[in-house]
Amino acid sequence: MVSNLIISAQNLDLTFQTNDGPVHALKDVSLEIGKGEFVSFIGPSGCGKTTFLRCIAGLEQPTGGQISVNGMTPDEARKARAYGYVFQAAGLYPWRTIGGNIKLPLEVMGFSKAEQAERVARVMDLVDLSGFQKKFPWQLSGGMQQRASIARALAFDADILLMDEPFGALDEIVRDHLNEQLLALWARTEKTIGFVTHSIPEAVYLSTKIVVMSPRPGRITDVIDSPLPRERPLDIRDSKEFIEIAHRVRDGLRAGHQDDV
Amino acid sequence: MFKRSVLPVLTVLGVIMALWYAACIPMNSAWTIQQLERSGETMTVSEHIADTWAQERPRLPAPHQVAAELWDTTVMKKITSKKSLIYHGWITLSATLLGFGIGTTLGVLLAVGIVHSRAMDMSVMPWAIVSQTIPIIAIAPMIIVVLYSIGVQGMLPKAIISAYLSFFPVVVGMVKGLRSPDAMQLDLLRTYSANKSQSFWKLRLPASVPYLFASLKIGVAASLVGAIVGELPTGAVRGLGARLLAGSYYGQTIQIWSALFAAAILAAGLVALIGLLERVTLRRMGERP
Ligand SMILES: Nc1ncnc2c1ncn2[C@@H]1O[C@H](COP(=O)(O)OP(=O)(O)O)[C@@H](O)[C@H]1O
Ligand SMILES: [Mg+2]
Repeated sequence: MVSNLIISAQNLDLTFQTNDGPVHALKDVSLEIGKGEFVSFIGPSGCGKTTFLRCIAGLEQPTGGQISVNGMTPDEARKARAYGYVFQAAGLYPWRTIGGNIKLPLEVMGFSKAEQAERVARVMDLVDLSGFQKKFPWQLSGGMQQRASIARALAFDADILLMDEPFGALDEIVRDHLNEQLLALWARTEKTIGFVTHSIPEAVYLSTKIVVMSPRPGRITDVIDSPLPRERPLDIRDSKEFIEIAHRVRDGLRAGHQDDV
Repeated sequence: MFKRSVLPVLTVLGVIMALWYAACIPMNSAWTIQQLERSGETMTVSEHIADTWAQERPRLPAPHQVAAELWDTTVMKKITSKKSLIYHGWITLSATLLGFGIGTTLGVLLAVGIVHSRAMDMSVMPWAIVSQTIPIIAIAPMIIVVLYSIGVQGMLPKAIISAYLSFFPVVVGMVKGLRSPDAMQLDLLRTYSANKSQSFWKLRLPASVPYLFASLKIGVAASLVGAIVGELPTGAVRGLGARLLAGSYYGQTIQIWSALFAAAILAAGLVALIGLLERVTLRRMGERP
């Protein structure tokens, strides 16, 4: 059993009815995520990573099984502002400044003007964007835009951060840098993070738990609890433990592919 | 920058002028010949050509005749005079602006309804399209007659015809604009449990602004056409349409052409004004310069 259970999925099933017939996006997915964990979902595209994250967020209704977030249904959890969601594209509104974009959820949720300003300043500092409040999105690099979108997800103090390939569109150097920053942010805020990626080093570097998935139907093939310490300098990626975990992830991915052929 | 844009424009203008003057010669020659036959006089070729550019009622007036008439009926007349094109232009412009306002409001409201209600989407859009397939020339007299019979006349009937033409581009543009946010942007708002009205004010409406301006430019030009058309069937005595009509009754081709040019200048001015408003608004909305 996981201590301080935050997210719990039991035998989750989801079938999309499409014009080309049913698509079995998730099959018999069971997973428990404890408070403060950093969980990565890795697998080839189409294996249901996004779908699973969307189920946690209540953006998708499972067709079978149970899922609970903070002991509530995903819908209730969303209304209780349990999570912030970061999409692959930063999706900042081009007509709002960076500060205005980060303020968006606060406006929707009805925070007072003073509290909005205070929170925007705080989370912008958290993602190292202080001073860019009045800039428009096009004036920022892709990496900075993605940091702004993370700040936006943090602004209303959700305990859970769900991130769907947030750095997938960025180059490797920027990505390394953001990964380091994300770990620092995670350490400081003690959030529970669900993180979709298809980069093995990224998954191993970031996670306390790595969930390996495989497609058709989308399912979990391996769950790896990382023995790496929480404190992780970038060069930990050259250590023996790191390489061993990376191997195990790769094997899991390969196994998933074999019974697919 | 200046040279690059001005030179081609002047070249095109020069070519048009040359063609126009050239076209006047065959168009107006018959009258000159007729006059010569009647009086028994003779003319050299150059005199003949000069005459085709200086007739009082030419079939095709020469550019300088139209320009002189425009000058004479704008700058040289008091704006309260029935002979002033500015006076007539204002009559038409006021109906245009009222109609444009009504049309735009109606267009935006319909678009909001269409985007939010499936029933309206299914029912309104086909009718909006049908409404535009009926020639305005056929509808305009009916609108005017019907309104006249209930005691409405003057600017309002013209404005309604104007609105009839201008609401359509606004509906089409706004529906597209309000639907322009992608699934991800809508999902983001769902994660905040935003309601429909918040999605509308914070996402759909701002996202539709560029589309709105594109529609407004088409709409304002259509509004002007509507107002002018609205002046034709009543035999109105005021407005650019009335000038067109009177000109054709009395064979005053120069007057017709100058009214046409006044309408074109007015349309260009209105479109340019909206273009300016567009630039200012979009710049304020963080558009990349
Ligand atoms: N809304 C949807 N309608 C129909 N099929 C979908 C929908 N969303 C995802 N799918 C399908 O479900 C499967 C899993 O998709 P997804 O969760 O996006 O995979 P991943 O994020 O791992 O690449 C894919 O086959 C995809 O085509
Ligand atoms: Mg995905």
